[in-house]
Amino acid sequence: MLTYTIRRLVTLIPVLFGMILIVFSLIHAIPGNPAKVILGQQATKEAVAALSKDLGLDKPIHIQFIDYIKQLLHGDLGESIRTKAPISEEIWPYLAATIELSIVAMIIAIVIGVNAGIISAWFQNSWFDYIAMLLALIGVSMPIFWLGLMEQYTFAIHWDLLPTTGRDNIRDPVEAITHLYLLDTLLQGRFDQFIEVIKHLILPGFALGTIPMAIIARITRSSMLEVMRSDYIRTARAKGLGSFWVVYKHSLKNALIPVITVIGLQTGLLLGGAILTETIFGWPGIGSYIYEAIQNRDYPVIQSGILVIASIFVLINLVVDLLYAAIDPRIKYR
Amino acid sequence: MKKTWSIAFVIILTLSLALTGCSSSKKNGASGGNDDGGGGTLIYARGGDSVKLDPATVTDGESFIATAQVTETLVDYDKESTKVVPGLAKSWEMSKDGKTYTFHLEKGVKFHDGTPFNADAVVYNFNRWFKSKDAKTFAYFKSQFSGFEGEKEAVIKEVKAIDDNTVQFTLNRPQAPFLKNLAMSPFAISSPAAIKKYGDKYIEHPVGTGPFVFKEWKRNDTITLEKNKDYWKKGLPKLDKVIIKVIKDNSARLNALVKGEVDLIDGVNPSEVDKVKSNSKLQLFERPPMNIGYLGFNVEKKPFNNKKVRQALSYAINKKEIVKNFYEGTAEPAKNPMPPTIAGYNDSIQDYDLDLDKAKKLLKEAGYPNGFKMDLWAMPVPRPYMPNGQKVAEAIQSDFAKIGVKAKIVTMEWATYLDKLQDGQAPMFMLGWTGDNGDADNFLYALLDKDSIGSNNYSRYKNEEVHKLLLQAQTETDEAKRNDIYKKVQEIIHDDAPWVPLAHSKPQLAGKSTIKGFFPHPTGTQSFADVTIE
Repeated sequence: MLTYTIRRLVTLIPVLFGMILIVFSLIHAIPGNPAKVILGQQATKEAVAALSKDLGLDKPIHIQFIDYIKQLLHGDLGESIRTKAPISEEIWPYLAATIELSIVAMIIAIVIGVNAGIISAWFQNSWFDYIAMLLALIGVSMPIFWLGLMEQYTFAIHWDLLPTTGRDNIRDPVEAITHLYLLDTLLQGRFDQFIEVIKHLILPGFALGTIPMAIIARITRSSMLEVMRSDYIRTARAKGLGSFWVVYKHSLKNALIPVITVIGLQTGLLLGGAILTETIFGWPGIGSYIYEAIQNRDYPVIQSGILVIASIFVLINLVVDLLYAAIDPRIKYR
Repeated sequence: MKKTWSIAFVIILTLSLALTGCSSSKKNGASGGNDDGGGGTLIYARGGDSVKLDPATVTDGESFIATAQVTETLVDYDKESTKVVPGLAKSWEMSKDGKTYTFHLEKGVKFHDGTPFNADAVVYNFNRWFKSKDAKTFAYFKSQFSGFEGEKEAVIKEVKAIDDNTVQFTLNRPQAPFLKNLAMSPFAISSPAAIKKYGDKYIEHPVGTGPFVFKEWKRNDTITLEKNKDYWKKGLPKLDKVIIKVIKDNSARLNALVKGEVDLIDGVNPSEVDKVKSNSKLQLFERPPMNIGYLGFNVEKKPFNNKKVRQALSYAINKKEIVKNFYEGTAEPAKNPMPPTIAGYNDSIQDYDLDLDKAKKLLKEAGYPNGFKMDLWAMPVPRPYMPNGQKVAEAIQSDFAKIGVKAKIVTMEWATYLDKLQDGQAPMFMLGWTGDNGDADNFLYALLDKDSIGSNNYSRYKNEEVHKLLLQAQTETDEAKRNDIYKKVQEIIHDDAPWVPLAHSKPQLAGKSTIKGFFPHPTGTQSFADVTIE
């Protein structure tokens, strides 16, 4: 198990290198000079040329790439062209905001998705099954920005239950320690703010969780259906075990492997793919951080931002693989 | 073991919920205000974050919205126009030849860090830009004053302190919009002590003399400013606190205003203006236009090198419909390359009215009786002067089809778009401009002089007479004579038709109905010193 983990970690190096290479080539292939974007429409030619030189953009592309790799090997993610701040310092608040939101979204997606899938399989072809699967279909195909705006309109404006935007009450802002606001408010003993932060998480959490929720529900259902038709389930029922135990204990455990795969992949996707939700809900997350960097041709931020997300993505996949072994003793890694 | 943990968890959860019950009575709500209409917090929400908070080093409007509260300029713009009024300098004199300006500064003004504002501070700031010879950091200084110390084309020759409260600027040549340039946010005066103290980090710690003191910046989220209790203008500012918040999406921002989470927003979609008008708790603010959205022709490319073709296309566009449908009435049709709010605007020009017969006749004369095929470049992003470039392009496309000109709409990502336009790759394109200092020079010279080819003259329009007149206007210090020159230039440009000016948009803002004293300034930047909210 340990050797497997180490081997997997080592194979990450070529994967990440390849990814850096692809991202680097892609962003340098698109036209648009960052110096020009930074200095605006008013800028003079001299200013653009001077800034390009300053940013090292006048060097040949392979030299720029080697410089960047060297920098990474020194543990330096680089400096934002636009704000001049070191990316390693700048990125964490954004990443923390997205991680917090993604975790909440995944909890919502898993709790509702898995249970909806189980019940649909349990009562296959019942009205619950039909409605749940129809909703899942709608959920998968829902445009998030529309869903987000509708949520805002319904729950925040019409019923006045929840806030529309941001991570905290703007008039009573959270003092950041770790930038994970749920944790920060608890550390400071500000339970009023803790509740406020939860309120701010609900709407974007649901918006972001909708698609994974629908996918998880569908996978759980089909996986459960397969397991529930197997012999050992029939035996369990024949022994006289209650339906609930048969479904939630005996079937679920065996049906979980594909579900966990999907959960792992979806969690990774949320980290980078939360941009629409972040835009609608004024969430200062990593998706909008990188998006803005792309608009401004802030090359170091794009590269390092994607690198960070990709690293988390592959790490989550590793964790998922290791979880298989924990759930199913038949799976062993050597 | 497992059980113990679950029990512990349940206990903690119950406890925290119980505690919440105790503490949630704490006031965390609405913006309070006191009896005399002062005090309270104003939350201003906008679509993008500031880039840096040192005004001298940025060019984007979002940065100036914040810095204009903290740092102030020697002279200022009037509340609702670009007329120059006193700022940190209470008066000034210009020498006869227009080459020397002497400013008398307000006395007893202090920076937020307690150091005194005086002539030395002004000289320090100007020398910081002027002697840096660093066009990439102080880009606006370079573009507005044409150069740095010792450079041939530079406007400024020397800045020196005469006494503690008097500063003298010596120029190499007269510059007519000199005062208007000085009123721009990038030339606001920062505390020399703070610049030295923070060094590279000054961009995150602005210290000025303004009505509000910088407190905190959470990037891409909020900028918090607090009342300057020792502000030199007595009785101001009225607010205790200003928070500037980023909410990217226009509709979401309006939702936050309707809900009362924020007090004032910019960037209201034209299609949502009615939503604000019909809500009695809200009010609408309209920014006077200082911009132009236009359709440009690359006059170096066939067939647009022929004036008649350009005029023909000018006759074919139904501007009124475009303004009605895509600006939803939040703009006025344009006939000149600069907006009517700016001195020197030529209102006597007769626009090319919609006239398809005339258009067809001109095309025939130009040798294109059956029209032609051409790419029409449309901007990919909404800009203040063009809320929906794609739709406007489609409207123009169908207008052109009526005279046999088949336009194919081409679009690409914004940075790429600007880059290729600058290279002169587009034959026909949509673009616009927002003015910097409210001067005609900043439109006509910046956009249509032959000197600006390769920068902002995307039409690559070159007319020697226009060039001569524009240079003459730059040094003409008699306001009336200068305006006459600009009127003449607009006539020539109108006849040459390198562009079809489309519209001057009036950006829409919305706020709570209890807001008083707020005037959206044409430049896009305004002080919140006079604003009150109940």
